[in-house]
Amino acid sequence: MDDLSVVIAGAAGEGIQVVGEVLAQTVSAHGYAVFAWQEYESRIRGGHSRFALRIGEVPRNAALERADLLLALNPGAAQQYRPLLGDGGLLLSPEGEGEAEGAVAIPFAELAQEAAGKKLYANSVAVGALVAALGMDREVLYRVLERRFREKGEEVSEANRKAAEAGYREATERCGERCPWKLGGAEGRYYLADGHRAVALGAVRAGCRFLSAYPMSPSTSIITFLAKEQERLGVFVEQAEDELAAINMAVGASYAGARSLTATSGGGFALMGEGVSLAGMTETPVVIVLAQRPGPATGLPTRTAQGDLLFAVHAGHGEFPKAVLAPSDPVDAFHQTVRAFDLADRFQVPVVLLTDQFLAESLFSVEDFELGRSEPELHLADPGEIEEYRRYRLTEGGVSPRLYPGQSEHLVGADSDEHDEWGHITEDLEGTAVPMMEKRLSKLAGLRAALRPPEADGVEEAEHVLVGWGSSRGAVREAVELLRAEGVAAGSLHFTDLWPLPEYRFPEGKRYWAVEGNATGQLARLLRSEYAVVFQGRVGRCDGLPLTAETIRRQIDV
Amino acid sequence: MSDAERFQTDAEIQWCPGCPNFSLLKAFRSALARLDLAPHRLCLVSGIGQAAKLPHYVRCNFFNGLHGRALPVATAVAAANPELTTVVVTGEGDCYGEGGNHFLHALRRNPNLTVVVHDNRIYALTKGQGSPTTPLGERRSIQFPGVEVEPLNPLGIAVVQGCTFVARGFAPEVEHLADLLAQAMEHPGLSVVDVIQPCITWDPHPVSWYKERVYRLEDDYDPTDPQAALAKTREWGEGRLPIGVLFRADPKPVFGRRFREEIAGGPLAALPPVAVEAIEEVLERMRP
Repeated sequence: MDDLSVVIAGAAGEGIQVVGEVLAQTVSAHGYAVFAWQEYESRIRGGHSRFALRIGEVPRNAALERADLLLALNPGAAQQYRPLLGDGGLLLSPEGEGEAEGAVAIPFAELAQEAAGKKLYANSVAVGALVAALGMDREVLYRVLERRFREKGEEVSEANRKAAEAGYREATERCGERCPWKLGGAEGRYYLADGHRAVALGAVRAGCRFLSAYPMSPSTSIITFLAKEQERLGVFVEQAEDELAAINMAVGASYAGARSLTATSGGGFALMGEGVSLAGMTETPVVIVLAQRPGPATGLPTRTAQGDLLFAVHAGHGEFPKAVLAPSDPVDAFHQTVRAFDLADRFQVPVVLLTDQFLAESLFSVEDFELGRSEPELHLADPGEIEEYRRYRLTEGGVSPRLYPGQSEHLVGADSDEHDEWGHITEDLEGTAVPMMEKRLSKLAGLRAALRPPEADGVEEAEHVLVGWGSSRGAVREAVELLRAEGVAAGSLHFTDLWPLPEYRFPEGKRYWAVEGNATGQLARLLRSEYAVVFQGRVGRCDGLPLTAETIRRQIDV
Repeated sequence: MSDAERFQTDAEIQWCPGCPNFSLLKAFRSALARLDLAPHRLCLVSGIGQAAKLPHYVRCNFFNGLHGRALPVATAVAAANPELTTVVVTGEGDCYGEGGNHFLHALRRNPNLTVVVHDNRIYALTKGQGSPTTPLGERRSIQFPGVEVEPLNPLGIAVVQGCTFVARGFAPEVEHLADLLAQAMEHPGLSVVDVIQPCITWDPHPVSWYKERVYRLEDDYDPTDPQAALAKTREWGEGRLPIGVLFRADPKPVFGRRFREEIAGGPLAALPPVAVEAIEEVLERMRP
């Protein structure tokens, strides 16, 4: 059994996320790898949403376009998503299609009313039907349901079980040979993790103790998660009144010695611009998660994009060093977040961590987080070794010893105005302002040396090289596989460290394709300006859906 | 070293000669001396403007940040390290204009801060525009026909929002102001001290105009009565400028207290990174 695609479609408010998550957990509990991504509209009820699962024996953590099994919670959704079904695909939906070829009607709401007394339980009927259609063990589903609804009391838990049982029975009776799948069980044991929980846990591992943020999709999950786990993970979480406050609070807490995080999306990051510049000037470490969604302005609030790369690289007025990292999956997100804090501390600069809705909200099957791989590095100075403290002492490499107020008798001054070594305002242009600017900018060399070149896959032998960044890594790697299967000599380069761009020489004599989830080719522009690399062409996507291997392949003119 | 000298710096002061800010600074240092505070236990946070330069003239820790953003920075400093005495020095443009939203939310949060607002009812550093507290009808460089919008009543807002220490001082009355500032810094939670600090360069009125109108609250004034306090904050409009503690109430829970008491115990900076085991425990729940 490999690479089965199940799509659950419905309207906002119908609970497709619950159906999807319960199914993902059930599949995972059977020992299979499951990857799940979702799209939904920015509304509380109605519209069209999809929750897509990809099931296999080994993790294939990238989106697929087709559906083998489509479950539609309402007739409109059936109509909208039916084109995804390939040959041999099956539609489960409440009505309309009757028992036509490739379709099975299951009246979810009616069965829920019958079995559990409320139409509300239609979701559990649906998930029961899916479990039957996929040939899975219903007892495993009941355990998953019990765990999920335990907190809501025995009655609710029992009703969900009854509803699931009704759906299971109905589908078993009706599907017959039209459901050829048999997910009997596999050997895998996976975590089912999304990118933002991994970022949050990476922050905790790094020693982050302070998070201030204003809720904005899709960054909100980081705040919610850390707030819920406050007792165990010990991060002080505050919902700021706006993004200006959010970043200024993070900077304030960091000045006070606490590792600090803020998280937002494009529009919020626009407001944070002055704060990014403040962190640059005051040399205060801070990590900012910029969870991308399509813009400009409010854009498509619930969809995904890779459209803020150059915005992140250029954020903040004036000239100052900062770093931009874009993790690719939850394991990478965990480790890159620890690294983001370390880089921020080591160079006393702001670090932007670029995620997106796809990475933030998709569920990835993870074998091992390898937690031991990342140890936090703390870079505070020892006050006992300092005779006269100057916060902005001019040093080789530009990094001054950092203390925090109250740590010792040394006084810590920080200033957004141009300042002298003690942090006091200066108008001495030549003697102080220029050396201070040079001091800050001189950190760039060290920072650049600490950043990593792109990950190369088969570049040496390749004629066509796909160059991508951030969360599209899985899709790009899979597109390379598709090309190779056609006999094309293909390889890939994947950038995680995007600013300052690391030392790297693009091998000559290749055809390079920039692959990115935006309309204007931001990575291509960045790489052209920094490495003078020439691109054969560009693959882009700006409809709010994730890059997939199929989309990429279609756009490569080979 | 005398107590007040402990907080002296040798920085060159950049205010106009004769500015009431000098008296304010004197009162501030005098208040600090009374509190028997070590300079490294004090943290001044400011934004931008003439008031925001004050931290450079006091020997202590300081963070001189962005226009309007002193309150969020200071709120976080106070939450991250409650062992510091954190004071915001700001002007009315900084605090009530650019930072107005932060002022409202600081009143909600009640961080353990003292906010000292140098209120000269004018934007001085940018050369004489109207500010959020400029009275109706006064002519300013941009409000050329006269200010056409109502001034803000920041102390009224503070009283209405339940701030537990609301005071007004007058910069030339140094001892009175020092006393107010010392009380404010000792008060747990947010204290707001609005200081009448006339601008000698742009204000159409001389300092003497203020001296004629400023009066100390009567001995029988009851600062625990919010209605009386609100009435006092409105006397501005009638050309009477009461100074003293306008409103005071029992301290309320301070921002971040629960986290500090139940989780952190002390300054956040002193906490080590969370053990891998705790993270593993959370991860384990992500296994179906």
